[in-house]
Amino acid sequence: MKKSLWLLLSSVLVLSLFLAGCTGSSEKGSSGGSDSGGKKGGGVLIYGKGGDAVSLDPATVTDGESLIVTEQIYETLVNYAKDSTEIEPGLAKEWEISKDNLKYTFTLQEGIKFHDGTDFNADAVVKNFQRWAQSKDPKKFAYYPSMFGGFEGDESHVIKEVKALDEKTVEFTLNRPQAPFLKNLAMGPFAIASPEKFDTIGKEPVGTGPFKFDAWKKGDTITVVKNDEYWVKDLPKLEGVTFKVIKDNSARLNAVIKGEIDLMDGMNPSDKGKVEGDDKLQLFERPSMNLGYLGFNVEKEPFNKKEVRQAISHLINKEDIIANFFEGTAEPAKNPMPPSISGYNDSIEDYEYSVEKAKELLKKAGYEKGFKMDLWALPVARPYMPDGQKVAEAMQASFKEVGIDAKIVTYDWGAYQEKLRAGEGPVYMMGWTGDNGDADNFLYTLLDKDSIDSNNYSRYANEKVHKLLVEAQSTADETKRNELYNKAQEIIHEDAPWVPLVHSTPLLAGSSKIKGFVPHSTGSQSFQDTTLD
Amino acid sequence: MFSYTIRRLGALIPVLLGMVFIVFIMIRAIPGDPAQLILGQQATKESIQALTSQLGLDKPWYTQFFEYLGGLFKGDLGVSIKTDVPISEEVWPYLTATIELSLVAMLFAIIVGVNAGIISAWFQNSWFDYIAMVVALIGVSMPVFWLGLMEQYVVSIQWDLLPTTGRDNIRDPVEAITGLYLIDTLMAGRVDQFIEVIKHLILPGFALGTIPMAIIARMTRSSMLEVMRSDFIRTARAKGMKMFWVVYKHSLKNALIPVVTVIGLQTGLLLGGAILTETIFGWPGIGTYIYEAIGSRDYPVIQSGILVIATIFVLINLVVDLLYAAIDPRIKYK
Repeated sequence: MKKSLWLLLSSVLVLSLFLAGCTGSSEKGSSGGSDSGGKKGGGVLIYGKGGDAVSLDPATVTDGESLIVTEQIYETLVNYAKDSTEIEPGLAKEWEISKDNLKYTFTLQEGIKFHDGTDFNADAVVKNFQRWAQSKDPKKFAYYPSMFGGFEGDESHVIKEVKALDEKTVEFTLNRPQAPFLKNLAMGPFAIASPEKFDTIGKEPVGTGPFKFDAWKKGDTITVVKNDEYWVKDLPKLEGVTFKVIKDNSARLNAVIKGEIDLMDGMNPSDKGKVEGDDKLQLFERPSMNLGYLGFNVEKEPFNKKEVRQAISHLINKEDIIANFFEGTAEPAKNPMPPSISGYNDSIEDYEYSVEKAKELLKKAGYEKGFKMDLWALPVARPYMPDGQKVAEAMQASFKEVGIDAKIVTYDWGAYQEKLRAGEGPVYMMGWTGDNGDADNFLYTLLDKDSIDSNNYSRYANEKVHKLLVEAQSTADETKRNELYNKAQEIIHEDAPWVPLVHSTPLLAGSSKIKGFVPHSTGSQSFQDTTLD
Repeated sequence: MFSYTIRRLGALIPVLLGMVFIVFIMIRAIPGDPAQLILGQQATKESIQALTSQLGLDKPWYTQFFEYLGGLFKGDLGVSIKTDVPISEEVWPYLTATIELSLVAMLFAIIVGVNAGIISAWFQNSWFDYIAMVVALIGVSMPVFWLGLMEQYVVSIQWDLLPTTGRDNIRDPVEAITGLYLIDTLMAGRVDQFIEVIKHLILPGFALGTIPMAIIARMTRSSMLEVMRSDFIRTARAKGMKMFWVVYKHSLKNALIPVVTVIGLQTGLLLGGAILTETIFGWPGIGTYIYEAIGSRDYPVIQSGILVIATIFVLINLVVDLLYAAIDPRIKYK
């Protein structure tokens, strides 16, 4: 018996020897004629992205990887325009706003059905809003309380009541005016889902959108197919969209080059030349709605002194950083919000790069010999900062010229955010991508004193700024509102709690066959107009 | 042998318990708050607190630990904090993806590694020996990340031979039944898809198998060299036996024990250690699953994911130990 076992083992090994010799040739043989498989799309667009969706219930997620998928399946009452954050009709074809800005009456499109065959009507809208407002469950609905001031019953809650006046009319009554209310309603998380399926839409989403959910292979692909009964005539043009997870940016680009996928986001700026030089590919630029910045904790020595903050503002050569680390795919920032957003103050003059001025200011503050500090570098690649570590090193070198000795520290992304929130970072790199294209979502969210302990990591508290920002929140008149934001930006510029660094342009690469695709500044867009020739 | 196996299986329980405990403590020692990470940058302080208590993360650690342990004994791996899906349901596709890739990688590593080691030892100090050992040295120290991207660039893009990423052709996806696509495609009778799946396995399998292959080759060589110097080999040769049989029969049999040990260890390591390969090749495996859970501090997924891998790891080791007895009759378990 022992012998036979031994014979078996040895014969396996001998066989394996032959097999090993054969693998090389069989490899070539089997793949020689394989080319036909991948190339013909048949109208299905394959979209490569860096991570899987968390859930397909849009109200419960905050990540772009989920929202890019739900955007195809669900629709919102009002939409952003294809190439801006202006508001256009969506599921609501028109609306009226009362004089005191407290009542919004929406007239809905008629004859729309959810993918499960149930009717979309005023009642469905009410049920969706009730679901979010009454849940009081921050785990489930993270975006709702942050955009509408809390849940039902909270003091700061914006929406008092949502009422169905008839089958096709919904009336929103607000507790206080909210200037960006319509822009908030256009956000992907507040899309309307089929009330019958609330319990299961996280896994099997049911909306009214141009595409219907088909399948989800966890960690791999999500497939949506054309909704033949879509209420907008002749749309969508594609037969379907498949979202494929390929985590590594370079590998994802390899898949685009090979034609295995048609379009990808999260392209490395350094690969720009490769895509531009390939006539089978095209480059898409997503309009910038983000900001990368260097923040100071204004409660900590020596950054409690305005002069020190201004001095450091003079020490950062933004043009250089953009040329070296963004391959030119960014523009220098001078305000704490991007220029595409209404209310941007273009008359502000940025702190020029000048070592002399920095030295002067440091002398004034009593730090002419410089000082030691920790510089917190962004640990992960974000759209507004593809390589935080290297940018930190570049800044470190220029700080040295005035005797500021910066030690670069970093933590993993989870710890980094937690520690910043707790006010532990003295000088830190951070950034923000706008949610709804409104100035409030940058200035109030990031720099108001109300936001200390949340996103105001600088712990910057200025009464004047606070007054302006709160007034702007309830001012409906656009011109007046922009004036308030302009003033706030002037004060913030003078106080310099941050050095705004860049507004980057996120890049996408795709096959040259793609037509009609316009990347939206919010980070996700519908593929309903897109075609593949 | 049977009672030995039973005893060994029994001994797994304290090992796994200890492992669960260490992982439990370690992931809570690293800074970072799951509630904060779920709610994102928009979160308010109140909502973070509310969520923390909803997740039960404000309870003392020992309460959490025994609650988790109690669930485990009932066969409940817990629910993912991030996706709200039971882990036992979520982990399976990831696990099968990894198993399929690891098996292919190991198959490649064993076939090439063992044979290269044998031939190197047989023709010690020949050109083959030198080249093989230099290649093995490079293989051991090759950054998988770089190797994977190079494979894609050269084999897929320049030569246009194999697909760059994924487990199947995305435009003609495989219907998952068992999760092992090689089996699923055959069950569905789709030979074309089966070939497609094999083609998708070659590049990541090679990238993942390179390091174990090199280690196995070196171990086989040194172990063979030792055996081939012994008296019984000289006797075998003296009686006029063909060199091939001397090497592949008498020597290999006696040299196999350390090689099998290394193979067992490497197989276990591949299961959790394929993260880089998975990242490059868009492979939805369990390494990525756990890695992402660490990023979002999804405690139950980290704990249960590692538990699954650890269980397989110790089971493989048990199989290796049992194989010893099969290979070498001098080893007996009582």
